[in-house]
Amino acid sequence: MRQARVAPLLLLAMLSFTERATAQLTDSTPESIEIGLSTDTIYITSDFAGANLTIFGALDNADPLISRQGGYDVIVVLEGPRRTVVVRKKTRVLGMWINTDSMAFQDVPASYSVAMTRPPQDITHSESYERLALRAQNIHLRPMDTDGNPASIEEFTAALRERMQSSELYSELVGGVQFLSRSLFRATLHLAPNVPVGTHRARAFLFRNGIFVKETSAALNIRKAGVEQRIYEFAHQESLIYGVLSVLLAMLTGWLGRLVFRRD
Amino acid sequence: MGIYLPIAEISVNMVVLLAMGGAVGFLSGMFGVGGGFLITPLLIFYNVPPAIAVATGANQVIASSFSGALAHFRRGSLDVKLGLMLLAGGVVGSSAGIYVFAFLRRLGQLDLIVSLLYVVFLGAVGGLMLVESVRAIRRARSGQPATARPGQHNWIHRLPLKMRFRTSKLFVSVIPVLGIGAMIGFLASIMGVGGGFIMVPALIYLLRVPTNVVVGTSLFQIIFVAAFTTIVHSTANQTVDVVLAFLLMVGGVAGAQYGARVGQKLRGEQLRALLALLVLAVALRLAYDLFVRPASVYSLVIGGV
Repeated sequence: MRQARVAPLLLLAMLSFTERATAQLTDSTPESIEIGLSTDTIYITSDFAGANLTIFGALDNADPLISRQGGYDVIVVLEGPRRTVVVRKKTRVLGMWINTDSMAFQDVPASYSVAMTRPPQDITHSESYERLALRAQNIHLRPMDTDGNPASIEEFTAALRERMQSSELYSELVGGVQFLSRSLFRATLHLAPNVPVGTHRARAFLFRNGIFVKETSAALNIRKAGVEQRIYEFAHQESLIYGVLSVLLAMLTGWLGRLVFRRD
Repeated sequence: MGIYLPIAEISVNMVVLLAMGGAVGFLSGMFGVGGGFLITPLLIFYNVPPAIAVATGANQVIASSFSGALAHFRRGSLDVKLGLMLLAGGVVGSSAGIYVFAFLRRLGQLDLIVSLLYVVFLGAVGGLMLVESVRAIRRARSGQPATARPGQHNWIHRLPLKMRFRTSKLFVSVIPVLGIGAMIGFLASIMGVGGGFIMVPALIYLLRVPTNVVVGTSLFQIIFVAAFTTIVHSTANQTVDVVLAFLLMVGGVAGAQYGARVGQKLRGEQLRALLALLVLAVALRLAYDLFVRPASVYSLVIGGV
């Protein structure tokens, strides 16, 4: 596990915010929420085996009374790049399990990782999550072919969520957001080893006593580091040379391996 | 120890891959099969996307067959002339196979056809070999002199255009040699394997090539078929992951040298019986996936933007 380092400087800036917020006791302006990322790009290097991403954030104009009663809740979501996903279904034909049916969905987040201060049912009610399209079961999923049979659209949509959750691409971490002071919080999100590369979006939602107050977001690029990126580009741009070199590498390895491990 | 694969875009455990390569390499050196029919299912089982598993498997097969073929060449148990004739047929067969592959993919049932081919061919080849080799072992036990070559002459040996293969101590028509090469090239490109597991029994039972020469000659032929497959996959689909292939190779070449040594110590019929059991085990494993209800009937294909 590698910690993606985020925001030591921003932290100081936020602390000063906090003091100002607590000073204004009778405050009529609504609360707002800020998050900061120290870097806009995370590089996946060859030793990458998943990572924990830490995001710092702060509430602005927080009511100290509500803070003290624990009335504020924060949910942070890291949403992966949007992709086309095909869901295939196997049925039994002549005793064999064969792909017989499929449905394509567009603009599906390739990953969806949620961190929250408390168990979801303690933060707000399910209608509120639905309205905000928040949490994996409420992401809007659109089939390519919208005229399909509603029952089968529902079936494939549910299967898509279930498969994404079981491959850990969609995940939820209760207690992943912690308040460090009355208005400063830290969110820890898990990046799976198979995290999709591309532009991710970090979104933070603020709730006060179960009522949604405000949302903010920041972009985060996840990219392959130098060598990995170059291999990938080479394989796509010079595919014939890449193929020939792979063959030569295999022969060289076979020959060297024989020199090193010879047993006759 | 994790390592990130640039083409497969996943992080995997390096030690697992080295061990996987080593185990398959050992079997490959011992039996003269490239190991493609083992490595590809193993990679898929380890969550590597199937398209990448097929192409990368072919790449890794080159290393272990090259290393194994060198060992056999030094020992004089490689019939270069026979290998080249098989290869000539193989190139024609593979080229035809690639067209059929594209056609099946358009029909949308490529996975099913590939699985069925695996089950049918592995099952038939494994079953026939097991029966024959067990009989040969029994004969040897009961004290009867084991025939150097099972059977004697059949219709294949009466065909015209005969050619002499000195290393194999064979005087046989080139028609069945080219035919076997073509058939195996065809199947190999559809199934994404080198074809050793079909080549070995075909040479033994149809052409009566001595078992010890079969192994080296088969490996020699597989190098070229696998190289051809790797380049085709790399240019058509960009699915060869060189980092993944390299890890498998390093384990594989080490294993292949030990395997070749063990293989030399075993008697021909024992070697054939063991290979038959291995082939049957893989066939059963694939049949199990085909006939038993999967954990989830749904699967995802995550595509581009």
